[in-house]
Amino acid sequence: MIWNQKFETMSREELREWQGKKLAETVKRVYHNVPFYREKLQEANIVPEDIKSIDDLKKLPFTTKEDLRDNYPYGLFTVPMDQIVRVHASSGTTGKPTVVGYTRNDIATWSEVVARTLQCAGVGRDDVIQVAYGYGLFTGGLGLHYGSERVGATVIPISGGNTKKQIQVMQDFGSTAIACTPSYALYLAEAMEELGVDKDELDLKVAILGAEPWTDEMRSDIEEKLGVRAIDIYGLSEIIGPGVSSECEAQAGLHINEDHFIPEIINPKTKEVVKPGEKGELVFTTVTKEGLPIIRYRTKDLTTLNYEECECGRTTVRMQKCLGRSDDMLIIRGVNVFPSQIESVLLEMSETKPHYQLIVDRVNNLDVLEVQVEVADEFFSDEIKKLEQLTKRIKGNLESTLRISAKVRLVEPKTLERTAGKSQRVIDKRDL
Amino acid sequence: MFIKQLSVFLENRCGRLTEITEALGNAGVNLAALSIAETSEFGIIRMVVSDSEKGLEVLKEKNFSVSLTDVICLSTPNEAGTLAKSLRILANEGISIEYMYAFSMGERALVVIRTEDLEETVDVLKEHDRELLKPEELYNI
Repeated sequence: MIWNQKFETMSREELREWQGKKLAETVKRVYHNVPFYREKLQEANIVPEDIKSIDDLKKLPFTTKEDLRDNYPYGLFTVPMDQIVRVHASSGTTGKPTVVGYTRNDIATWSEVVARTLQCAGVGRDDVIQVAYGYGLFTGGLGLHYGSERVGATVIPISGGNTKKQIQVMQDFGSTAIACTPSYALYLAEAMEELGVDKDELDLKVAILGAEPWTDEMRSDIEEKLGVRAIDIYGLSEIIGPGVSSECEAQAGLHINEDHFIPEIINPKTKEVVKPGEKGELVFTTVTKEGLPIIRYRTKDLTTLNYEECECGRTTVRMQKCLGRSDDMLIIRGVNVFPSQIESVLLEMSETKPHYQLIVDRVNNLDVLEVQVEVADEFFSDEIKKLEQLTKRIKGNLESTLRISAKVRLVEPKTLERTAGKSQRVIDKRDL
Repeated sequence: MFIKQLSVFLENRCGRLTEITEALGNAGVNLAALSIAETSEFGIIRMVVSDSEKGLEVLKEKNFSVSLTDVICLSTPNEAGTLAKSLRILANEGISIEYMYAFSMGERALVVIRTEDLEETVDVLKEHDRELLKPEELYNI
């Protein structure tokens, strides 16, 4: 099933022409409406008229998550707020989230690209899709919701959590597709086993999984235990949310919706575009978005691009499943976590030293985060209740910043490893 | 005037207590009293030693999280009901106990006590003719 024959099977030449035209329009728009972009382009001695074709893309300066933070919350929006109909937010590198805004047309674009994602996965109007991504500031829930309605599927907007209810709904409502994080899919499978629910009793045939890194082993595990085909999808709120790219039924790389989001791969150190097929950091430029167009956004995700035509008939470029990150961002239960966020929480609390270690593990297919914190000498109390209160306060502060729960463990001073003056902050035992 | 107790934060890890006692032993610091309070994640060891300043220095050198805490030591006859009497006095005055540890030896029983307001505690106990050990008496026991 191909949702948009025209754009998904367009010849490369035609596509490049379209991208060039749309890019020029976008650059013009941000130059005249966003002081941040105007200054950046002026610094680089570029005027919008210099951007004539897609080959001019590499002349443009990069945008980073820090730029979004510096312009928090609405500084990079290209249109007045009366045209923004929705905002979403994701974690920033420190306390402040990254805010993104959508116009009415952006919501339509978003629904369109998620519709393509769903058709890529084989989901259509005959399907009943259980959207078990969180609804809210996170783009996962509402993104999948609108896309599912667009293809005409029946949507069950159940949101995340409440595993027993998820299973019951799957049984009673006859869900044929489920959208959630891969770790949650595995968790569901195990919960079904415990409840004695046989996968053959279910109508489930496909799982649309994303928002966190996962391995091929996890994929086979999910496919076997849930009796589904597990499809990898990719997206980030800064670009639009889910719908940026998706695997087709060939499961051989994720098709990027290139008429909306132009990908490049750069060497994260030199920032030069790498040779075709080489691994590097994925960079996106949006060329159709109105609320928050973004020029050469550095995703920090590492991958490669494959321009060969796919057996499914789509001509769009395919990115490989992400191979890691060029920064220290962790994805825990689908939520982006930066060690620097934890550091800023601890620094704000006088009782703790900014010496900490994060231990991420996967227990029963659920990610668990443990934060080990060194207790400052001057605040060490010999009363247990005071230390327990301290642990509770750290936990509360972390949770309100990270938006996921963390276990906090106080440790003795100077026990956390310090390598060459810089501590080994993160131990990820998940082996992804 | 108060007894200086060494309090040390300990992770629940095998061998940590041994390291503390070895460090003190090697420095010639003798333990007069010791108790451990533990939770599932960590423990606090509280000790009265022969030389608290030296003990503090030795443990700091070993990177332990250690502090000196004021406590008092009540001495009562080693007989049934004597501790209860002293505690009743404190309770009647509305003084609550943060923690305490005790042991008896021959004819006397010794009780190390920490309260929110130690000065008031001492005054109240003295008013009722309770015997308190001087710091040196406990350090050199």
